[in-house]
Amino acid sequence: MPTLRNTFRTVGRSIFNLLAVVGGTSLMLLGVIARLIELPRTSRQTFLQMQEIGLGSIPLVIITALFVGAVAAVQAAYQFQDYVPMIFLGTVVGKSVILELGPVLTALVVGGRVSASIAAELGTMKVTEQIDAMELLAIDPMRYLVMPRMVACVIMLPVLTIFADCLAIFGGMVVAKIAVGVSTSTFTEGLRMFFYVDDVISGLVKAATFGLIIGLMGCFNGFRTFGGAQGVGRATMQAVVSSCICILITNYFLASVLFRLIFYRGTT
Amino acid sequence: MLRLECKNVWKQFDDKHVLQGVNLTIEPGETVVIIGQSGTGKSVLLKHIVGLLSPDRGAVLVDNVNVAKLSRKKLFELRMRFGMVFQSAALFDSLTVAENVGLAIREHTEKTDEEIAQICDEKLRMVGLEGVSSKVPAELSGGMKKRVGFARAIAMNPECVLYDEPTTGLDPIMSDVINNLIVKLSSELKITSVVVTHDLASAYKVGHRIAMLHDGVVIFQGTPDEIRETDHPLVRQFIEGRAEGPIMMGSGQ
Repeated sequence: MPTLRNTFRTVGRSIFNLLAVVGGTSLMLLGVIARLIELPRTSRQTFLQMQEIGLGSIPLVIITALFVGAVAAVQAAYQFQDYVPMIFLGTVVGKSVILELGPVLTALVVGGRVSASIAAELGTMKVTEQIDAMELLAIDPMRYLVMPRMVACVIMLPVLTIFADCLAIFGGMVVAKIAVGVSTSTFTEGLRMFFYVDDVISGLVKAATFGLIIGLMGCFNGFRTFGGAQGVGRATMQAVVSSCICILITNYFLASVLFRLIFYRGTT
Repeated sequence: MLRLECKNVWKQFDDKHVLQGVNLTIEPGETVVIIGQSGTGKSVLLKHIVGLLSPDRGAVLVDNVNVAKLSRKKLFELRMRFGMVFQSAALFDSLTVAENVGLAIREHTEKTDEEIAQICDEKLRMVGLEGVSSKVPAELSGGMKKRVGFARAIAMNPECVLYDEPTTGLDPIMSDVINNLIVKLSSELKITSVVVTHDLASAYKVGHRIAMLHDGVVIFQGTPDEIRETDHPLVRQFIEGRAEGPIMMGSGQ
C-alpha cells in the first residue's frame, strides 16, 4: 500500500508541477503582452539584448548552417543516384533548409545558448535579491527584465534564420560542386525552380515562434530560481531542456498548420 | 514620514512557521531596531512591510493602508516612499555604481543625465564613496557594495528606510559611519527607519526603540536603556551573547 500511495503522490506532484509550469508561463506571456505598450521605455534594454542575442550567436549560426547545408547536399545527392536528375539537388537543399533545417536547427543551437544565458542571469539576480531590489525601486521586473529579452528573441530569431538559410544554401552549393560535381548554375537553377516566398515566410513565422519560446523559457526558469548556485544551475538546465522540447513539439504543429495554409493558397 | 504597523502577522514557508503573530508599531520619524537570532524572521518581516511578501494571516499597515490589499500600481507608488538596504547589497551586476544609484531617478523622474549624475555623486559622498561612479559591483569590496546599496536606498529621498543588517561585513569605523548616517537621516529628515541587525553596538546607537523577535513573535520591546536593564532571560542571554541559557542552539535556524 505505501508503494501505491507513493506512486500516486509522485504522479500527482508531477501533474501539479506541469500545471504550475503551464500556468506560470501563460501568465508571464500575458504579462509581457499587457506591457508591450511600455516597450519604448525599455528600448535601450531591448536593443542591448538584440545585440547580445543576435551578434553573440553569429559564430554558432555560421558553423551550424554551413555544415547543415553541406550534409543536406551530400545526403540528397546520395539518394538521388541514378534515380533523380541532379538539377533537383538545389531544389531539395533549398526546400529542406528554408522550411525545416534553417528555422529548427538555428532555434535549437541559439536556444541552447540564449535560454541558458537568460535563465542563469535572471536566476542569479533572483537568488542575490536583485529582483527584490528592483521591485523595491518601484521598477517592474517584467517590464525591465523580461519584456526586452522576449522581444529581442522574437525579433532576432528570424534575422538569424535568414542568415542561416543563406549560409546553409551556400554550404550545400559548395559541397555540391566539390564533392558531387554539380555545377553552381545547375544548383541555382534547381533552387529557383520551386522557390516560393510563402516557404520563406512560413520558415520565418516558425523562427519568430521559436524565439518566443526561447525567451519565455529562459525568463520563466530564471524567475522561479531558488536555492543559490545549485538552483541557478538547475534553472539553466531546465531552461535549455524545456525550450528544446517545446521547439520540437511546436515545430510539428506549426508545420501542419503552415503547410495546410500554403497548400490551400496554392490550390485555389 | 510613514507610520508602520504589523498586526498579528503570521507567515509560513512549507512546514516552517516563521512569523507567529508579530505585533509591532513604528511611529513616524522613529527608528526601531529589530534584533533576534538568525532565522527568526527579521528579514521576512521587513519584506512584509514593503509588500515583497504577503502575510498568511494578519496585516501590515503603512499609514493605515493594508499593504497586501494594494493594487500593483498603488504598491509601486507606496514603494517609491521607501528605501531599503539589503543584507547582500543586491546591486545590479550589469550596471555601474552610478547607474545603480541613479536607476530609480532615471525611471521615475524627468531629470537630465547631469542632474542624475549630480545626485548620485552627492549620495555617494554621503556614504564616504567618491571616484567609484564608473566601477561595476564586481570591482568593489563587500563594504563598498553595502555603502553603494545605502546610497541607492536614499537616492529618491525616501520617507522610510529599511536596513537589513546594514553594518554586517563592515570594519568598525565604517560601521560607525553608517550608524551616524542612519542617525543623521532620522534626526534631520525625520525619516522612519527599521533596522534589522545583530550588531548590538549599532542597535544601541541608532535605535529609539529595540524589539526582539524570537520564535516568530516580538518577545520584548523598549528603549536601549530598558533593554540593557531588563531581566527577561531570553533577552539577557541574547544581548550578553551567551551560548548557555533558555535559547537553545539552533532554535532559530
